[in-house]
Amino acid sequence: MAFDAVLKMTPAGVAIITLSGELDASVADNFRSEIQKATNQGARRLVLMVKDLSYMASAGLRVLIFAKQKMGSNVDLYVVEPQEAIREVITMTGFTQSVIILDEYNAAEIESV
Amino acid sequence: MERIDIYPTHEYCGYKLRPGRPYPFGATIVPGGINFSVFSRSANYCVLALYTKGEREPLVEIPFRGMFSKAGSGEPVWGEFRIGNVYTMTVFDLDYENIEYGYRFDGPDGHARRGESGFNRFDPSVVLLDPYAKAIGGRDVWGKEPDWSEPFQHRGRVVYDDFDWEGDRPLEVPLEDLVIYEAHVRSFTRDASSGVRYPGTFAGIREKIPYLKSLGINCIELMPIFEFDEFENSRKDPNSDLWLKLNYWGYSTVGFFAPKAGFAASGRAGDGTMVADELKTLVKELHKNGIEVMLDVVFNHTAEGNENGPLISFRGIDNVTYYILTAEGYYYNFSGTGNTLNCNNPIVRDMVLDSLRYWASEYHIDGFRFDLAAILGRDQWGAPLANPPLLETLAYDPILGKCKLIAEAWDAGGLYQVGSFPAYGRWAEWNGKFRDGIRRFLKGEPGLLGDVAQRLQGSPDLYRGRGPTASINFITAHDGFTLMDQVSYNEKHNWDNLEDNNDGGNDNHSWNCGWEGPSDDYWINALRFQQIKNAATLMLISQGVPMILMGDELGRTQRGNNNTYGHDNELNWQDWTLVEKNAHLLRFFQHMIAFRHAHPMLRNRSHLTNTDYKGTGYADITWHGTRAWQADWSGNVVAFLLSGKHAKGGTVDDDFIYVGINMHWDALPFELPGLPAELQWRIFANTSMTSPEDIWEPGSEPVLQDQHGFTAAGRSIFVLVGK
Repeated sequence: MAFDAVLKMTPAGVAIITLSGELDASVADNFRSEIQKATNQGARRLVLMVKDLSYMASAGLRVLIFAKQKMGSNVDLYVVEPQEAIREVITMTGFTQSVIILDEYNAAEIESV
Repeated sequence: MERIDIYPTHEYCGYKLRPGRPYPFGATIVPGGINFSVFSRSANYCVLALYTKGEREPLVEIPFRGMFSKAGSGEPVWGEFRIGNVYTMTVFDLDYENIEYGYRFDGPDGHARRGESGFNRFDPSVVLLDPYAKAIGGRDVWGKEPDWSEPFQHRGRVVYDDFDWEGDRPLEVPLEDLVIYEAHVRSFTRDASSGVRYPGTFAGIREKIPYLKSLGINCIELMPIFEFDEFENSRKDPNSDLWLKLNYWGYSTVGFFAPKAGFAASGRAGDGTMVADELKTLVKELHKNGIEVMLDVVFNHTAEGNENGPLISFRGIDNVTYYILTAEGYYYNFSGTGNTLNCNNPIVRDMVLDSLRYWASEYHIDGFRFDLAAILGRDQWGAPLANPPLLETLAYDPILGKCKLIAEAWDAGGLYQVGSFPAYGRWAEWNGKFRDGIRRFLKGEPGLLGDVAQRLQGSPDLYRGRGPTASINFITAHDGFTLMDQVSYNEKHNWDNLEDNNDGGNDNHSWNCGWEGPSDDYWINALRFQQIKNAATLMLISQGVPMILMGDELGRTQRGNNNTYGHDNELNWQDWTLVEKNAHLLRFFQHMIAFRHAHPMLRNRSHLTNTDYKGTGYADITWHGTRAWQADWSGNVVAFLLSGKHAKGGTVDDDFIYVGINMHWDALPFELPGLPAELQWRIFANTSMTSPEDIWEPGSEPVLQDQHGFTAAGRSIFVLVGK
């Protein structure tokens, strides 16, 4: 499945990016530019909806770090509903310290800034 | 500013190219593509083979010399992508996550085949691994048997080398303050009892950091983690399909720049960058917890074996450069494993240096322990050098400037350099004489006190001028018995190694305490634990740098096997149920390590002087026996007193520390030396007591009722603090 990244901003300043398909080096730049857009629009939280993301390699992990760096280390980065393979990749490599993994979108937690 | 040279000049089968940059060697991601660079002095022809990951047939094979098309116009054009003896080109638009690469080489004369002696071993029918590959595929999941019909077994991969270090840097803990823990990545957490999510991996160690911290060590030394082939010289049980033997420890390097993919939980993703990320995260987390990372590195030989070994990389690229050969073209075998890397050839020396610089800078590694390091001081014909250029280079290298450099100062060719390894003010040594002397002393052998007194002081007889930090003090290491086996077996029991019990050393200086192997006898077991505690005490109160073997703090056994290099099973795996079962032993180690950290007097950078240069009334170290101030050097009973006013050369104040050592079989009364009036003797440890009275938490030592004498049980050690 082709990679796609769609950005939506909530009125509260939460940037929600929905990802689908396979996130590898060839498409990592698309994702990166969505993050850049969110930052430019003053996002205060970043939420990645990844239910339909089937693959993420090291380039994808790097975009997570890129996002974290762009947003500032005190801005929370949520990864919502990852498939098992993606959850594993994030856990094995230790990126769990940079992101918060949620099993479902939790408006109360995410949107209370 | 965009660079003005990011465009292709040539094309080959649809691949866009330009002449590459020779530096750095290896495959490097550059704007728009990947730069390939590989060295051979003897070859005259080279081809780059590119693969889609895991595929049997290459995507394309691009020669470094021949007819190409001009980029854009398509006109035929001659090209040669070589500078000196370096073949280098940049290939554009490659998906670096999904390719693998290798080289074919050919040369002018001699094509010695497998089994034949000879100087050149070019075979253009074989695709070879890049010696500088930063990641290597082909053994991605530990123990998964490879497809042996696959012609390209160890496959170069490209690594994206950025990482979010979050400000991490090597810790630079002074060498004298280290307590080293030698561990094998897989053995540490492979057993189900470890309870970790990813057993036997870098990620598994990460989960056990709280354990390492609670133990108190501040340096973990990992047995080899450079890519190796666990299937080298492997043997399978023909009846059960079980592996009887693997190259489990990994002392046989395939690539000097790539972490062992099978040690990474993420190895199965087949993504070299992810493996690197996992290892870097481990290093970063260990550093956050105050624990340094040292690597056991094997530069003395490679996985290619002798003339009967496989053609993997070096020998097919430049055999005469990489290996020490006899006049007939056979491999010298100073390593005991088939071949010897030609470490003092200038090219190989540079490769070793590049590798270490890479690990120090890219992975933030704090230090290195060099396997069979005496080989690194041999010349290109195998003779020991007085001033070995490689050892000197490493000692003076700017990037390695703060790394610990530790030599296993002997080799399998008979060169034994403990005490005489060329040090250049930098090199420390695994002190084999500490190991042997203390082992014999623990058995109760008399007549060793002169030697033991040297070991306890950081071996000034061996390292005068170099200081105690030249001495890595250990009683056990991966080679040989565990500490529990050291007190449970008189003889090695290596039958599982399938070499008729002929492998492994016979000079174990071990004593089974009265019964060979496990025993139900209360007194035998009590004595064994007492002896283990004696060993731990001697090691941790000695000047120099202590090194603990993984699991010794828990009483780990290898069932009398003293050479478990081939076993992927419980002989090597740490049994974590021992944390509860032998909790008293773990507690003893924890307090003994904490005591060392609490007392700078145990961690001097310079040798003790046996004089009172501070005018305190006490020399920095004084020797005693059952009578205070009177050592009897003839038996196996001795005591020493450290005056805390002389800690760190008299710059730091510490307590008095008195250690009474009774290796006689029966109890003996020790007369204690007097303290300054305002101080009292307090008991810190007494190895003859059962827990919790065998040791006290440092700082909470109770005052001794009798300030003048102490009776030490047979084969026991007691430690007092005066404060």
